[in-house]
Amino acid sequence: MAPQLAITLVFFYWPAGQALYQSMLRQDPFGLRTRFVWFANFRKVLADPAYLNSIQVTVVFSLATAIVAMVVALLLAVMAEKAVRGKGLYRTLLIWPYAVAPAIAGMLWLFLFNPSIGSLAYVLRSLGIAWDPLLNGTHAMILLVSAAAWKQISYNFLFFVAGLQAVPKTLIEAAAMDGAGETKRFWTIVFPLLAPTTFFLLVVNTVYALFDTFGIVHAVTGGGPGKATETLVYKVYNDGFVNLILGDSAAQSVILMAIVIALTAIQFRYVERKVHYG
Amino acid sequence: MATVDLKDVKKVYPSGVEAVKGVSIAIPDKELCVLVGPSGCGKSTLLRMIAGLETISAGTVAIDGKVVNAIGPTERDIAMVFQNYALYPHMKVYDNMAYGLRNRGTPKDEIDSRVRSTAKVLELSALLDRRPRELSGGQRQRVAMGRAIVRNPKVFLFDEPLSNLDAKLRGQMRVEIKNLQRTLGVTSVYVTHDQLEAMTLADILVVMNAGLVEQTGAPLDVYEKPASIFVASFIGAPPMNLLALTGSSSGPMLADGTAIGFAARETPAVTLGFRPEDADVTFNAEALPGALVLPATVEAVEPVGAESFLHCVAAGSRIIVRVSGRATAKPGDQLRVVAKAEKLHWFDQAGKRVD
Amino acid sequence: MIGQSPLRTFIAHAVLILGILIVGFPIYYTFVASTHTLQTILRPPLPLLPGGQLWNNYSEALFGGIGRIGGVSVGQLLLNTTIMALGVAVGKICISILSAYAIVFFRFPLRMTFFWLIFITLMLPVEVRILPTYKVMVDLGMIDTYAGLIIPLIASATATLLFRQFFMTIPGELVEAARVDGAGPWRFFIDILLPVSRTNIAALFVILFIYGWTQYLWPLLVTNSNDMNTIVIALRKMVSFADADTEWHLVMVTAMLAIVPPILVVVLMQRWFVRGLVESEK
Repeated sequence: MAPQLAITLVFFYWPAGQALYQSMLRQDPFGLRTRFVWFANFRKVLADPAYLNSIQVTVVFSLATAIVAMVVALLLAVMAEKAVRGKGLYRTLLIWPYAVAPAIAGMLWLFLFNPSIGSLAYVLRSLGIAWDPLLNGTHAMILLVSAAAWKQISYNFLFFVAGLQAVPKTLIEAAAMDGAGETKRFWTIVFPLLAPTTFFLLVVNTVYALFDTFGIVHAVTGGGPGKATETLVYKVYNDGFVNLILGDSAAQSVILMAIVIALTAIQFRYVERKVHYG
Repeated sequence: MATVDLKDVKKVYPSGVEAVKGVSIAIPDKELCVLVGPSGCGKSTLLRMIAGLETISAGTVAIDGKVVNAIGPTERDIAMVFQNYALYPHMKVYDNMAYGLRNRGTPKDEIDSRVRSTAKVLELSALLDRRPRELSGGQRQRVAMGRAIVRNPKVFLFDEPLSNLDAKLRGQMRVEIKNLQRTLGVTSVYVTHDQLEAMTLADILVVMNAGLVEQTGAPLDVYEKPASIFVASFIGAPPMNLLALTGSSSGPMLADGTAIGFAARETPAVTLGFRPEDADVTFNAEALPGALVLPATVEAVEPVGAESFLHCVAAGSRIIVRVSGRATAKPGDQLRVVAKAEKLHWFDQAGKRVD
Repeated sequence: MIGQSPLRTFIAHAVLILGILIVGFPIYYTFVASTHTLQTILRPPLPLLPGGQLWNNYSEALFGGIGRIGGVSVGQLLLNTTIMALGVAVGKICISILSAYAIVFFRFPLRMTFFWLIFITLMLPVEVRILPTYKVMVDLGMIDTYAGLIIPLIASATATLLFRQFFMTIPGELVEAARVDGAGPWRFFIDILLPVSRTNIAALFVILFIYGWTQYLWPLLVTNSNDMNTIVIALRKMVSFADADTEWHLVMVTAMLAIVPPILVVVLMQRWFVRGLVESEK
């Protein structure tokens, strides 16, 4: 257990502490002197319109990604439950995207939809849509959400299938005898029983959209056009590594930590909650 | 091969809970001692202290005359059969049985011959290449037994080994364990909460309650002379009928004021008991001197074939009477329950037997 | 089983097939693109069927001089990525199984403190501590090394927690049976615990291999030199959308090479993967 502790301390606690410390420092423009400024960096960051924009972008992006990925996955999972034959084959074919790196997923979608050579962009244009994700912020966002959601479908699909299988068949049979039609059975019996799975996936997908999609943003849009797709994580990276504004970047890191901790806490609440249906 | 001696053994958990409050038992060589009691009475804890799986808070455990408090389970030369068998799921039956021998550095060919001969005794020879999950409950049980026997230990410890089997198999295995234990002549300690199992298996029966021994003795002695109300109601099925007494100057009466017709012993007894099979019913009203006679109302009749159980209400208490064969009484019948005086058990205020 | 109309079954299959088309299309189309010439790719729309350049493109990307990105062969990139993915998977499993073993089966002072120390790291993904972690790497001279790529990623709480959870489901009787059978702590670990955990290990291996393979931010930070890049990073560097010089046919070949190995792992080890994923995260 010692090795894990050592690595944990060196690569987790030390940097996290550093982030906390740096978030309260400010360097002069030449990087010569640093001052301890308490929470000034936080005030500055939170007052910065660019940061507020980034928060908005992140919320839109995360929610859209989570919802699209979950709705599609749930639909497919329900259908897979019905299709008695070929279930295994469908599953095999549907889990591929899980193995694709987010950045590559982004690049594949960009390849399909980039205005100059993308075949699907060509199709869109011939349908009369002025499609250009490189210049139009909304289009860029749609592209990112599609790529990010696409990659996450497999994961959600597997969980929904497992969740559906855990719904007792006798309940469904009882509902059928109570005269509930198939659609009604789904919404009144199956869907409520899936609530724990759905909630769990909502948290996981949000965390995914917040953090793991850095690669997609970096590879596809670089936060642009303008700052239309600059998510929080991307901004931390950009301010810290590209623009070298250390104090701000650190303050942003700390805010992100707070978000993760909140999400994890929610997730653990859920773990206790799910017993109710057990 | 070995005796097991417990002297004033106690177990106090760090939380302060006292699971075993001072137990002394002496088990002679080759005998099977059954610890029986309700769940939470400390019987399993006691067994685990003999095994060396729990530390002993006070007192001594000696195996073969040697105090083993300080030595681990491996060195105590004991073998244990667990409730859930605890078979290693990834090992074949053969390896499950051989594992303990290998860890003790037994030569390979000796392991082989011992495993095979043990398997033969337990009729496991055809199953040696199977894994536990491919076996039925009864077969797993045998493997667990085999794993204990193959080591040829000084003491066998059984922790409710039959509780996961269905009733029929349990009956079979009970007989088999008894036979094996007698043939092998290995001193054994057997824990169960099933009084029938306890009665049929034990050479020495130890009834435990709340961390203490209520009574120790040969099974039939315990049955015939239960030392306390607890033992009386725990051993025997259906349990002994118990009736509360109120003392008065004219002699003891039942709770509803019925005089019982004759005096109790010198010591004031507050509870009177008789076993369902020691009573009979009659519709006649003649006097029966020297017997306890209770007017009763039949509430339910349970025919079980060879015998029937009459559930009655008498003197405000529910009692059960066993009659052989088909019962003539019907629910609602008024009759009289008769128990001979020498078949009555008397208990004092503290619940102890009064003779 | 409640019967359903053939129409509904038909709809179910239709929806699934549509789903597979959406899910599979980007990958399929990448494969198609990797078999066409650059000229074909640059004049959309690209045909829906593979072209005749499969052999040419792949051999050019793998062995040809032009296929090198920044002077590094695709083989080297694949090797880097494989080392990283394997290193992360194996390292993480070893480290976390030992920690979990210690936490579950031994009583020692500060046990719970250690547990919480590890547990809290769940809440500190790389993304939120980019800069300071990078600085630690610089200070330790771990930039552009395999160790730098792997070690900071192998200590995470997730795997430890999974093993802990699994170990806690192992009946206490099994541990005691082993003790009575004369197995010490180490023997118990090797003879009983490892074999019993092997499905969990396999499942975790798949998940962690994919995790390692698809890392992006971390390799981006700790590799400066091109020949330490992972294939994902290198791919990003090959693509430049503003610039018509991007050799798309080779990019697509590289992309195929970057996504096929993890897909193979997932598909071939599907049984363990699915079980591990769904069971472990619950």
